[in-house]
Amino acid sequence: MAMTMAEKIIAAAAGKESCKAGDIETVTVDKMMSNDGTTHLTIDMYNNLKNPHIADVSKLVWIIDHNIPADSPKTAASHKKMREFAKENGITFYEGEGVCHQIMMENHVRPGELIFGADSHTCAYGALGAFGTGVGCTDYLYSIVTGTSWLLVPETIRFNLHGSLKPGVYARDLILTIIGKISANGANYKAMEFAGEGLHDLSIADRIAICNLCVEAGAKTALMEVDDVAMDYLKEHGREPKAIFKSDDDAEFSEVYDIDLSEIEPIVAKPHFVDNIAPAKDCSDVKIDEAFLGSCNNGRIEDLRVGAAVIKGKHVHPKVRFFVVPASRAVYKQALKEGLLDIFMEAGAMVMNPNCSVCWGACQGVIGEGETLISTGTRNFKGRAGHKDSFVYLASAATVAASAVAGYITVAEDL
Amino acid sequence: MFSAKIWKLGDDIDTDIILPTEYLAFETVQEMKPYAFSPLRPDLASKIQPGDMIVAGNNFGCGSSREQAPEVVKALGVSCIVAKSYARIFFRNAINNGLLLIEQPDLFDEVSEGDIAEVTPGKEIKVNGKSYDIASLPDNLTEILEAGGLVKAMRKRNGLD
Repeated sequence: MAMTMAEKIIAAAAGKESCKAGDIETVTVDKMMSNDGTTHLTIDMYNNLKNPHIADVSKLVWIIDHNIPADSPKTAASHKKMREFAKENGITFYEGEGVCHQIMMENHVRPGELIFGADSHTCAYGALGAFGTGVGCTDYLYSIVTGTSWLLVPETIRFNLHGSLKPGVYARDLILTIIGKISANGANYKAMEFAGEGLHDLSIADRIAICNLCVEAGAKTALMEVDDVAMDYLKEHGREPKAIFKSDDDAEFSEVYDIDLSEIEPIVAKPHFVDNIAPAKDCSDVKIDEAFLGSCNNGRIEDLRVGAAVIKGKHVHPKVRFFVVPASRAVYKQALKEGLLDIFMEAGAMVMNPNCSVCWGACQGVIGEGETLISTGTRNFKGRAGHKDSFVYLASAATVAASAVAGYITVAEDL
Repeated sequence: MFSAKIWKLGDDIDTDIILPTEYLAFETVQEMKPYAFSPLRPDLASKIQPGDMIVAGNNFGCGSSREQAPEVVKALGVSCIVAKSYARIFFRNAINNGLLLIEQPDLFDEVSEGDIAEVTPGKEIKVNGKSYDIASLPDNLTEILEAGGLVKAMRKRNGLD
Protein backbone atom coordinates (compact mmCIF):
# COMPACT_ATOMS: atom_id res chain seq x y z
CA MET A 1 0.00 0.00 0.00
CA ALA A 2 1.35 3.42 -0.95
CA MET A 3 2.06 5.56 2.11
CA THR A 4 3.12 9.09 2.96
CA MET A 5 6.17 9.83 5.07
CA ALA A 6 3.91 10.62 8.06
CA GLU A 7 2.06 7.31 7.66
CA LYS A 8 5.34 5.39 7.48
CA ILE A 9 6.76 6.97 10.64
CA ILE A 10 3.54 6.34 12.58
CA ALA A 11 3.27 2.76 11.29
CA ALA A 12 6.84 2.09 12.44
CA ALA A 13 6.08 3.64 15.85
CA ALA A 14 2.94 1.50 16.10
CA GLY A 15 4.89 -1.66 15.18
CA LYS A 16 2.79 -2.14 12.06
CA GLU A 17 3.47 -2.71 8.39
CA SER A 18 1.16 0.10 7.36
CA CYS A 19 -1.46 2.62 8.43
CA LYS A 20 -3.49 5.27 6.68
CA ALA A 21 -4.78 8.78 7.28
CA GLY A 22 -7.82 8.71 9.58
CA ASP A 23 -6.69 5.62 11.55
CA ILE A 24 -6.11 6.02 15.26
CA GLU A 25 -2.89 4.26 16.24
CA THR A 26 -1.25 3.53 19.56
CA VAL A 27 2.39 4.50 19.15
CA THR A 28 5.60 4.08 21.12
CA VAL A 29 7.10 7.54 21.44
CA ASP A 30 10.86 7.76 20.71
CA LYS A 31 11.66 10.95 22.65
CA MET A 32 9.74 13.28 24.93
CA MET A 33 10.90 16.88 25.35
CA SER A 34 9.50 19.32 27.89
CA ASN A 35 10.49 22.85 28.91
CA ASP A 36 9.86 25.26 31.76
CA GLY A 37 6.64 26.52 30.15
CA THR A 38 4.63 23.65 31.65
CA THR A 39 6.93 20.99 33.19
CA HIS A 40 6.01 22.12 36.72
CA LEU A 41 2.40 21.17 35.93
CA THR A 42 3.50 17.75 34.65
CA ILE A 43 5.47 17.17 37.87
CA ASP A 44 2.45 18.10 40.01
CA MET A 45 0.24 15.68 38.08
CA TYR A 46 2.93 12.98 38.20
CA ASN A 47 3.26 13.29 41.97
CA ASN A 48 -0.51 12.90 42.32
CA LEU A 49 -0.51 9.54 40.53
CA LYS A 50 -0.97 6.51 42.71
CA ASN A 51 1.91 4.59 41.12
CA PRO A 52 4.17 7.19 39.57
CA HIS A 53 6.89 5.80 37.32
CA ILE A 54 8.62 6.67 34.06
CA ALA A 55 8.54 4.00 31.34
CA ASP A 56 12.00 4.77 29.89
CA VAL A 57 13.85 7.71 31.37
CA SER A 58 16.48 7.65 28.60
CA LYS A 59 13.83 9.04 26.23
CA LEU A 60 13.18 12.21 28.24
CA VAL A 61 14.85 15.57 27.61
CA TRP A 62 14.00 18.52 29.86
CA ILE A 63 15.11 22.03 29.01
CA ILE A 64 14.84 25.31 30.90
CA ASP A 65 14.65 27.92 28.15
CA HIS A 66 11.50 30.03 28.43
CA ASN A 67 12.28 32.13 31.52
CA ILE A 68 16.02 31.80 31.98
CA PRO A 69 17.46 33.50 33.99
CA ALA A 70 14.44 33.32 36.33
CA ASP A 71 12.55 36.60 36.37
CA SER A 72 10.58 36.15 39.60
CA PRO A 73 10.51 34.04 42.77
CA LYS A 74 7.62 32.06 41.24
CA THR A 75 9.72 31.19 38.20
CA ALA A 76 12.70 30.34 40.40
CA ALA A 77 10.51 27.93 42.38
CA SER A 78 9.19 26.32 39.20
CA HIS A 79 12.75 25.91 37.88
CA LYS A 80 13.90 24.42 41.18
CA LYS A 81 11.11 21.86 41.07
CA MET A 82 12.06 20.90 37.50
CA ARG A 83 15.81 20.82 38.18
CA GLU A 84 15.47 18.63 41.28
CA PHE A 85 13.00 16.23 39.67
CA ALA A 86 15.28 15.83 36.64
CA LYS A 87 18.26 15.09 38.88
CA GLU A 88 16.40 12.62 41.13
CA ASN A 89 15.07 10.71 38.15
CA GLY A 90 18.14 10.84 35.90
CA ILE A 91 16.46 12.87 33.15
CA THR A 92 18.69 14.49 30.51
CA PHE A 93 18.56 18.13 31.50
CA TYR A 94 19.67 21.45 30.03
CA GLU A 95 19.48 24.86 31.64
CA GLY A 96 20.44 28.06 29.87
CA GLU A 97 21.95 26.13 26.96
CA GLY A 98 19.45 27.45 24.45
CA VAL A 99 15.94 27.30 23.09
CA CYS A 100 14.53 23.78 23.45
CA HIS A 101 14.04 23.05 19.76
CA GLN A 102 17.55 24.20 18.87
CA ILE A 103 18.98 22.00 21.67
CA MET A 104 16.95 19.08 20.33
CA MET A 105 18.18 19.63 16.77
CA GLU A 106 21.81 19.97 17.85
CA ASN A 107 21.80 16.97 20.20
CA HIS A 108 18.87 14.58 19.93
CA VAL A 109 16.58 14.49 16.87
CA ARG A 110 17.11 11.59 14.47
CA PRO A 111 15.36 10.93 11.14
CA GLY A 112 12.42 8.52 11.42
CA GLU A 113 11.73 9.19 15.10
CA LEU A 114 8.36 10.08 16.54
CA ILE A 115 8.93 12.82 19.11
CA PHE A 116 6.54 14.48 21.54
CA GLY A 117 7.33 17.94 22.82
CA ALA A 118 5.28 19.81 25.38
CA ASP A 119 5.61 22.83 23.11
CA SER A 120 3.69 23.65 19.95
CA HIS A 121 6.78 24.30 17.81
CA THR A 122 8.01 20.70 18.14
CA CYS A 123 7.05 20.29 14.47
CA ALA A 124 10.50 21.83 13.76
CA TYR A 125 12.06 18.35 13.93
CA GLY A 126 10.75 17.54 10.46
CA ALA A 127 13.82 19.39 9.19
CA LEU A 128 15.69 16.15 9.95
CA GLY A 129 12.90 13.84 8.80
CA ALA A 130 11.47 13.22 12.29
CA PHE A 131 7.77 13.38 13.20
CA GLY A 132 7.74 16.02 15.96
CA THR A 133 4.41 17.07 17.39
CA GLY A 134 3.35 19.40 20.17
CA VAL A 135 1.30 18.10 23.09
CA GLY A 136 -0.05 19.50 26.33
CA CYS A 137 1.26 18.43 29.70
CA THR A 138 -1.41 15.76 30.29
CA ASP A 139 -0.60 14.01 27.01
CA TYR A 140 3.06 14.45 27.90
CA LEU A 141 2.51 12.86 31.31
CA TYR A 142 0.69 9.92 29.72
CA SER A 143 3.56 9.39 27.27
CA ILE A 144 6.30 9.43 29.91
CA VAL A 145 4.39 7.08 32.22
CA THR A 146 3.24 4.58 29.59
CA GLY A 147 5.88 5.17 26.90
CA THR A 148 3.00 5.37 24.43
CA SER A 149 0.17 7.58 23.20
CA TRP A 150 -2.61 7.56 20.63
CA LEU A 151 -2.39 9.50 17.40
CA LEU A 152 -4.86 10.19 14.64
CA VAL A 153 -2.86 9.50 11.47
CA PRO A 154 -2.88 12.83 9.61
CA GLU A 155 -3.53 13.53 5.99
CA THR A 156 -0.58 15.17 4.25
CA ILE A 157 -0.38 18.39 2.27
CA ARG A 158 2.60 18.19 -0.06
CA PHE A 159 4.65 21.22 -1.08
CA ASN A 160 6.96 20.63 -4.03
CA LEU A 161 9.65 23.30 -3.99
CA HIS A 162 11.27 24.32 -7.26
CA GLY A 163 14.15 26.66 -8.12
CA SER A 164 15.97 28.85 -5.62
CA LEU A 165 15.23 31.82 -3.38
CA LYS A 166 16.49 35.15 -4.74
CA PRO A 167 19.27 36.97 -2.86
CA GLY A 168 17.72 38.93 0.03
CA VAL A 169 14.85 36.45 0.37
CA TYR A 170 14.88 33.82 3.12
CA ALA A 171 13.20 30.62 4.24
CA ARG A 172 11.16 32.68 6.67
CA ASP A 173 9.71 34.70 3.81
CA LEU A 174 8.83 31.40 2.14
CA ILE A 175 7.00 29.86 5.09
CA LEU A 176 5.15 33.11 5.91
CA THR A 177 4.05 33.23 2.27
CA ILE A 178 2.84 29.62 2.47
CA ILE A 179 0.92 30.24 5.72
CA GLY A 180 -0.64 33.35 4.16
CA LYS A 181 -1.70 31.22 1.22
CA ILE A 182 -3.24 28.31 3.12
CA SER A 183 -4.33 30.33 6.23
CA ALA A 184 -3.85 29.93 9.97
CA ASN A 185 -5.86 26.71 10.01
CA GLY A 186 -5.17 25.59 6.45
CA ALA A 187 -3.27 22.54 7.64
CA ASN A 188 -5.24 21.83 10.82
CA TYR A 189 -4.71 18.22 11.96
CA LYS A 190 -2.56 17.60 8.85
CA ALA A 191 1.11 17.01 8.09
CA MET A 192 2.89 19.52 5.86
CA GLU A 193 5.50 17.75 3.77
CA PHE A 194 8.17 19.54 1.75
CA ALA A 195 10.03 17.95 -1.14
CA GLY A 196 11.33 18.76 -4.61
CA GLU A 197 14.68 19.84 -5.96
CA GLY A 198 14.29 23.28 -4.40
CA LEU A 199 14.65 21.69 -0.97
CA HIS A 200 18.25 20.62 -1.58
CA ASP A 201 19.42 24.24 -1.77
CA LEU A 202 18.03 25.01 1.67
CA SER A 203 20.31 24.75 4.72
CA ILE A 204 19.24 22.93 7.89
CA ALA A 205 18.67 26.38 9.44
CA ASP A 206 16.29 27.22 6.58
CA ARG A 207 14.55 23.88 6.96
CA ILE A 208 14.05 24.34 10.70
CA ALA A 209 12.62 27.83 10.10
CA ILE A 210 10.11 26.34 7.65
CA CYS A 211 9.07 23.28 9.68
CA ASN A 212 8.96 25.18 12.98
CA LEU A 213 6.33 27.62 11.76
CA CYS A 214 4.00 24.99 10.29
CA VAL A 215 2.02 24.86 13.53
CA GLU A 216 0.96 28.42 12.71
CA ALA A 217 -1.03 26.88 9.85
CA GLY A 218 -2.46 24.37 12.35
CA ALA A 219 -0.24 21.47 11.25
CA LYS A 220 0.22 18.42 13.44
CA THR A 221 3.72 18.00 12.10
CA ALA A 222 6.02 19.09 9.28
CA LEU A 223 8.26 16.71 7.37
CA MET A 224 11.11 16.98 4.91
CA GLU A 225 12.87 14.27 2.99
CA VAL A 226 16.30 13.40 4.34
CA ASP A 227 19.02 14.24 1.79
CA ASP A 228 22.80 14.73 1.84
CA VAL A 229 22.44 18.11 3.58
CA ALA A 230 20.54 16.45 6.43
CA MET A 231 22.93 13.50 6.56
CA ASP A 232 25.95 15.86 6.71
CA TYR A 233 24.32 17.74 9.62
CA LEU A 234 23.71 14.49 11.48
CA LYS A 235 27.27 13.32 10.89
CA GLU A 236 28.68 16.65 12.11
CA HIS A 237 26.63 16.26 15.28
CA GLY A 238 27.59 12.61 15.76
CA ARG A 239 24.23 10.93 15.16
CA GLU A 240 22.80 8.22 12.93
CA PRO A 241 19.22 8.03 11.59
CA LYS A 242 16.68 5.75 13.23
CA ALA A 243 15.18 5.17 9.80
CA ILE A 244 14.85 7.12 6.59
CA PHE A 245 11.37 7.36 5.15
CA LYS A 246 10.00 9.16 2.13
CA SER A 247 6.51 9.28 0.68
CA ASP A 248 5.82 6.74 -2.04
CA ASP A 249 5.45 8.20 -5.53
CA ASP A 250 1.80 7.14 -5.58
CA ALA A 251 1.04 8.16 -1.98
CA GLU A 252 -2.20 10.04 -1.47
CA PHE A 253 -1.96 13.73 -0.53
CA SER A 254 -4.94 15.85 0.47
CA GLU A 255 -3.51 18.76 -1.51
CA VAL A 256 -0.39 19.35 -3.58
CA TYR A 257 1.22 22.76 -4.10
CA ASP A 258 4.05 23.53 -6.51
CA ILE A 259 6.04 26.51 -5.34
CA ASP A 260 8.56 28.42 -7.43
CA LEU A 261 11.05 29.71 -4.86
CA SER A 262 12.25 32.47 -7.19
CA GLU A 263 8.83 34.13 -6.94
CA ILE A 264 9.00 34.61 -3.15
CA GLU A 265 9.52 38.19 -1.92
CA PRO A 266 10.36 39.62 1.54
CA ILE A 267 7.20 39.26 3.62
CA VAL A 268 5.87 40.45 6.95
CA ALA A 269 3.01 38.98 8.96
CA LYS A 270 1.02 41.90 10.36
CA PRO A 271 -0.85 41.98 13.68
CA HIS A 272 -2.51 39.89 14.99
CA PHE A 273 -2.18 36.75 12.87
CA VAL A 274 0.61 34.84 11.22
CA ASP A 275 -1.46 34.47 8.02
CA ASN A 276 -2.06 38.25 7.78
CA ILE A 277 0.80 38.75 5.36
CA ALA A 278 1.92 41.66 3.22
CA PRO A 279 4.99 42.45 1.13
CA ALA A 280 7.59 44.01 3.47
CA LYS A 281 8.02 46.83 0.95
CA ASP A 282 4.42 47.92 1.52
CA CYS A 283 4.85 48.43 5.27
CA SER A 284 7.23 51.42 5.34
CA ASP A 285 4.57 53.50 7.10
CA VAL A 286 4.91 51.30 10.20
CA LYS A 287 7.23 52.87 12.79
CA ILE A 288 8.79 50.46 15.27
CA ASP A 289 9.83 50.73 18.92
CA GLU A 290 11.62 47.41 19.23
CA ALA A 291 13.27 44.78 17.03
CA PHE A 292 14.06 41.18 17.96
CA LEU A 293 16.42 38.76 16.25
CA GLY A 294 16.31 35.32 17.83
CA SER A 295 13.96 32.42 18.79
CA CYS A 296 13.66 28.77 17.81
CA ASN A 297 12.52 30.00 14.43
CA ASN A 298 15.30 32.36 13.43
CA GLY A 299 18.10 32.57 15.99
CA ARG A 300 20.66 30.30 14.36
CA ILE A 301 24.16 31.27 13.22
CA GLU A 302 22.95 31.63 9.63
CA ASP A 303 20.31 34.15 10.76
CA LEU A 304 22.80 36.11 12.88
CA ARG A 305 25.14 36.28 9.88
CA VAL A 306 22.31 37.73 7.78
CA GLY A 307 21.39 40.29 10.45
CA ALA A 308 25.02 41.27 11.07
CA ALA A 309 25.69 41.76 7.36
CA VAL A 310 22.73 44.17 7.15
CA ILE A 311 23.65 46.21 10.23
CA LYS A 312 27.46 46.23 9.91
CA GLY A 313 28.79 49.79 10.00
CA LYS A 314 25.33 51.23 10.70
CA HIS A 315 23.55 52.13 13.93
CA VAL A 316 20.28 51.14 15.52
CA HIS A 317 17.73 53.98 15.22
CA PRO A 318 17.75 56.15 18.39
CA LYS A 319 14.08 55.41 19.07
CA VAL A 320 14.46 51.64 18.67
CA ARG A 321 15.61 48.92 21.08
CA PHE A 322 17.23 46.00 19.21
CA PHE A 323 17.62 42.66 21.00
CA VAL A 324 19.78 39.89 19.55
CA VAL A 325 19.38 36.47 21.16
CA PRO A 326 21.36 33.50 19.77
CA ALA A 327 19.26 30.31 19.85
CA SER A 328 21.85 28.25 21.73
CA ARG A 329 25.18 28.39 23.48
CA ALA A 330 26.79 26.78 20.42
CA VAL A 331 25.31 29.49 18.20
CA TYR A 332 26.41 32.18 20.68
CA LYS A 333 30.00 30.89 20.75
CA GLN A 334 30.16 30.63 16.98
CA ALA A 335 28.80 34.17 16.61
CA LEU A 336 31.45 35.40 19.06
CA LYS A 337 34.15 33.63 17.08
CA GLU A 338 32.98 35.17 13.82
CA GLY A 339 32.83 38.67 15.32
CA LEU A 340 29.08 38.93 14.74
CA LEU A 341 28.30 39.93 18.32
CA ASP A 342 30.86 42.75 18.04
CA ILE A 343 29.04 44.00 14.97
CA PHE A 344 25.67 43.94 16.74
CA MET A 345 27.00 45.63 19.86
CA GLU A 346 28.88 48.31 17.95
CA ALA A 347 25.61 49.02 16.15
CA GLY A 348 23.88 49.58 19.50
CA ALA A 349 22.04 46.26 19.83
CA MET A 350 21.68 44.43 23.14
CA VAL A 351 22.94 40.83 22.93
CA MET A 352 21.33 38.51 25.45
CA ASN A 353 21.70 34.92 26.66
CA PRO A 354 20.16 32.06 24.67
CA ASN A 355 16.48 31.73 25.64
CA CYS A 356 12.97 32.21 24.27
CA SER A 357 13.19 35.90 25.14
CA VAL A 358 10.98 38.43 23.38
CA CYS A 359 9.21 35.77 21.31
CA TRP A 360 7.05 34.59 24.16
CA GLY A 361 6.44 37.86 25.92
CA ALA A 362 7.38 37.07 29.50
CA CYS A 363 11.11 36.90 30.10
CA GLN A 364 12.78 39.82 28.35
CA GLY A 365 12.03 42.77 26.12
CA VAL A 366 8.29 42.89 26.78
CA ILE A 367 6.62 45.74 24.88
CA GLY A 368 4.32 48.31 26.40
CA GLU A 369 0.95 49.81 25.54
CA GLY A 370 0.73 51.05 21.97
CA GLU A 371 4.24 49.86 21.08
CA THR A 372 5.26 48.07 17.91
CA LEU A 373 7.75 45.20 17.62
CA ILE A 374 9.30 43.70 14.51
CA SER A 375 10.40 40.17 15.28
CA THR A 376 11.88 36.94 13.98
CA GLY A 377 9.79 35.18 16.64
CA THR A 378 7.08 32.66 16.03
CA ARG A 379 3.82 34.50 16.73
CA ASN A 380 2.19 37.91 16.47
CA PHE A 381 -1.02 37.25 18.40
CA LYS A 382 -2.65 40.14 20.26
CA GLY A 383 -0.66 40.68 23.45
CA ARG A 384 1.87 37.99 22.55
CA ALA A 385 4.92 40.15 23.30
CA GLY A 386 3.54 42.20 26.17
CA HIS A 387 0.68 44.67 26.56
CA LYS A 388 -2.66 43.63 25.09
CA ASP A 389 -2.73 46.82 23.06
CA SER A 390 0.60 46.38 21.30
CA PHE A 391 1.57 45.24 17.83
CA VAL A 392 3.90 42.51 16.53
CA TYR A 393 5.12 42.19 12.94
CA LEU A 394 6.98 39.00 11.95
CA ALA A 395 9.74 39.16 9.35
CA SER A 396 13.10 37.69 8.30
CA ALA A 397 16.39 38.42 10.08
CA ALA A 398 17.34 40.77 7.23
CA THR A 399 14.10 42.77 7.41
CA VAL A 400 14.28 42.93 11.22
CA ALA A 401 17.88 44.21 11.21
CA ALA A 402 17.15 46.72 8.44
CA SER A 403 14.05 47.98 10.27
CA ALA A 404 16.03 48.35 13.52
CA VAL A 405 18.30 50.77 11.68
CA ALA A 406 15.57 52.64 9.79
CA GLY A 407 13.10 52.96 12.67
CA TYR A 408 10.31 51.76 10.39
CA ILE A 409 9.70 48.53 8.48
CA THR A 410 11.98 48.23 5.49
CA VAL A 411 13.68 45.56 3.44
CA ALA A 412 17.46 45.49 3.63
CA GLU A 413 17.98 46.55 0.01
CA ASP A 414 16.09 49.82 0.61
CA LEU A 415 18.15 50.74 3.64
CA MET B 1 -29.36 17.42 28.30
CA PHE B 2 -28.39 20.74 29.83
CA SER B 3 -29.21 24.41 29.25
CA ALA B 4 -26.48 27.01 28.84
CA LYS B 5 -26.22 30.74 28.24
CA ILE B 6 -24.11 31.63 25.19
CA TRP B 7 -21.03 33.87 25.23
CA LYS B 8 -19.96 34.55 21.68
CA LEU B 9 -16.37 34.96 20.46
CA GLY B 10 -14.95 35.10 16.92
CA ASP B 11 -12.56 33.14 14.69
CA ASP B 12 -8.98 32.23 15.63
CA ILE B 13 -9.33 32.67 19.41
CA ASP B 14 -5.69 31.91 20.24
CA THR B 15 -4.15 30.60 23.44
CA ASP B 16 -2.55 33.97 24.24
CA ILE B 17 -6.09 35.40 24.29
CA ILE B 18 -7.46 32.51 26.37
CA LEU B 19 -4.66 32.96 28.89
CA PRO B 20 -1.86 35.51 28.30
CA THR B 21 1.75 34.47 28.99
CA GLU B 22 2.19 36.77 31.99
CA TYR B 23 -0.33 34.73 34.03
CA LEU B 24 1.10 31.27 33.23
CA ALA B 25 3.44 31.36 36.23
CA PHE B 26 0.53 31.57 38.68
CA GLU B 27 0.56 28.50 40.87
CA THR B 28 -3.12 27.69 40.68
CA VAL B 29 -5.72 27.88 37.99
CA GLN B 30 -7.97 29.74 40.47
CA GLU B 31 -5.52 32.65 40.42
CA MET B 32 -5.51 32.62 36.61
CA LYS B 33 -9.31 32.73 36.24
CA PRO B 34 -9.87 36.52 36.28
CA TYR B 35 -7.45 36.93 33.33
CA ALA B 36 -9.03 34.45 30.92
CA PHE B 37 -9.77 36.11 27.57
CA SER B 38 -8.50 39.42 29.02
CA PRO B 39 -6.66 40.77 25.93
CA LEU B 40 -9.91 40.52 23.98
CA ARG B 41 -12.62 41.05 26.61
CA PRO B 42 -11.21 42.03 30.02
CA ASP B 43 -14.60 41.70 31.76
CA LEU B 44 -15.65 38.35 30.27
CA ALA B 45 -14.16 36.10 32.95
CA SER B 46 -16.11 37.91 35.67
CA LYS B 47 -19.37 37.60 33.72
CA ILE B 48 -19.19 33.90 32.84
CA GLN B 49 -21.29 31.85 35.28
CA PRO B 50 -20.82 28.13 35.90
CA GLY B 51 -22.75 26.20 33.27
CA ASP B 52 -22.49 28.88 30.56
CA MET B 53 -21.13 27.97 27.14
CA ILE B 54 -18.79 29.59 24.64
CA VAL B 55 -19.67 29.74 20.95
CA ALA B 56 -16.91 30.57 18.48
CA GLY B 57 -15.91 30.40 14.83
CA ASN B 58 -12.98 28.61 13.19
CA ASN B 59 -9.69 27.51 14.70
CA PHE B 60 -10.53 27.96 18.37
CA GLY B 61 -7.45 27.48 20.59
CA CYS B 62 -4.78 27.99 17.94
CA GLY B 63 -1.24 28.63 19.10
CA SER B 64 0.59 27.39 22.13
CA SER B 65 0.40 23.96 23.77
CA ARG B 66 -0.12 25.64 27.18
CA GLU B 67 -2.59 23.43 29.00
CA GLN B 68 -3.51 26.31 31.27
CA ALA B 69 -5.76 27.49 28.41
CA PRO B 70 -8.39 24.71 28.56
CA GLU B 71 -7.82 24.39 32.32
CA VAL B 72 -8.82 28.00 32.92
CA VAL B 73 -11.91 27.67 30.71
CA LYS B 74 -12.90 24.56 32.64
CA ALA B 75 -12.22 26.33 35.95
CA LEU B 76 -14.60 29.14 34.95
CA GLY B 77 -17.27 26.46 34.89
CA VAL B 78 -17.86 26.60 31.14
CA SER B 79 -20.04 23.59 30.30
CA CYS B 80 -18.89 23.27 26.69
CA ILE B 81 -17.44 25.12 23.73
CA VAL B 82 -19.22 24.99 20.39
CA ALA B 83 -17.02 26.11 17.50
CA LYS B 84 -16.76 25.64 13.77
CA SER B 85 -13.33 24.06 14.27
CA TYR B 86 -10.54 23.68 16.83
CA ALA B 87 -6.75 23.78 16.67
CA ARG B 88 -5.53 20.27 17.31
CA ILE B 89 -3.33 20.71 20.40
CA PHE B 90 -6.11 22.63 22.17
CA PHE B 91 -8.58 19.92 21.17
CA ARG B 92 -6.51 17.18 22.82
CA ASN B 93 -5.74 19.32 25.87
CA ALA B 94 -9.42 20.18 26.40
CA ILE B 95 -10.57 16.55 26.20
CA ASN B 96 -7.67 15.55 28.48
CA ASN B 97 -9.00 18.03 31.04
CA GLY B 98 -12.59 16.87 30.72
CA LEU B 99 -13.78 19.98 28.85
CA LEU B 100 -16.50 19.15 26.31
CA LEU B 101 -15.81 20.48 22.80
CA ILE B 102 -18.46 20.33 20.08
CA GLU B 103 -17.89 21.01 16.39
CA GLN B 104 -20.85 22.59 14.64
CA PRO B 105 -20.57 24.50 11.33
CA ASP B 106 -23.79 26.58 11.34
CA LEU B 107 -24.72 27.51 14.88
CA PHE B 108 -22.12 30.29 15.27
CA ASP B 109 -23.55 32.35 12.41
CA GLU B 110 -27.15 32.07 13.62
CA VAL B 111 -27.08 32.70 17.38
CA SER B 112 -26.49 35.78 19.51
CA GLU B 113 -24.72 36.31 22.78
CA GLY B 114 -27.12 35.79 25.65
CA ASP B 115 -29.23 33.20 23.82
CA ILE B 116 -29.98 30.06 25.80
CA ALA B 117 -29.04 26.72 24.23
CA GLU B 118 -30.26 23.27 25.15
CA VAL B 119 -27.44 20.79 24.57
CA THR B 120 -27.89 17.05 24.20
CA PRO B 121 -24.30 15.77 23.80
CA GLY B 122 -23.75 13.50 20.83
CA LYS B 123 -27.14 14.46 19.37
CA GLU B 124 -28.26 18.07 19.01
CA ILE B 125 -28.20 21.65 20.24
CA LYS B 126 -31.45 23.64 20.27
CA VAL B 127 -31.33 27.46 20.16
CA ASN B 128 -34.23 29.84 19.40
CA GLY B 129 -36.42 26.93 18.32
CA LYS B 130 -33.91 25.61 15.80
CA SER B 131 -32.11 22.28 16.14
CA TYR B 132 -28.45 21.82 15.14
CA ASP B 133 -27.08 18.29 14.68
CA ILE B 134 -23.88 17.42 16.49
CA ALA B 135 -21.71 14.32 16.16
CA SER B 136 -20.65 11.98 18.94
CA LEU B 137 -17.00 11.83 19.87
CA PRO B 138 -15.08 8.59 19.21
CA ASP B 139 -15.36 6.05 22.06
CA ASN B 140 -11.82 6.58 23.37
CA LEU B 141 -12.42 10.33 23.76
CA THR B 142 -15.86 9.82 25.33
CA GLU B 143 -14.25 7.55 27.93
CA ILE B 144 -11.75 10.31 28.80
CA LEU B 145 -14.42 13.02 28.95
CA GLU B 146 -16.78 10.99 31.08
CA ALA B 147 -14.02 10.17 33.54
CA GLY B 148 -13.28 13.91 33.82
CA GLY B 149 -9.96 13.89 31.97
CA LEU B 150 -7.12 11.63 30.82
CA VAL B 151 -5.47 11.11 34.20
CA LYS B 152 -8.76 10.12 35.81
CA ALA B 153 -9.53 7.84 32.86
CA MET B 154 -6.12 6.15 33.28
CA ARG B 155 -6.85 5.55 36.96
CA LYS B 156 -10.26 4.14 36.22
CA ARG B 157 -8.89 1.90 33.46
CA ASN B 158 -6.19 0.62 35.78
CA GLY B 159 -8.67 0.00 38.60
CA LEU B 160 -7.08 2.60 40.87
CA ASP B 161 -10.26 4.50 41.65
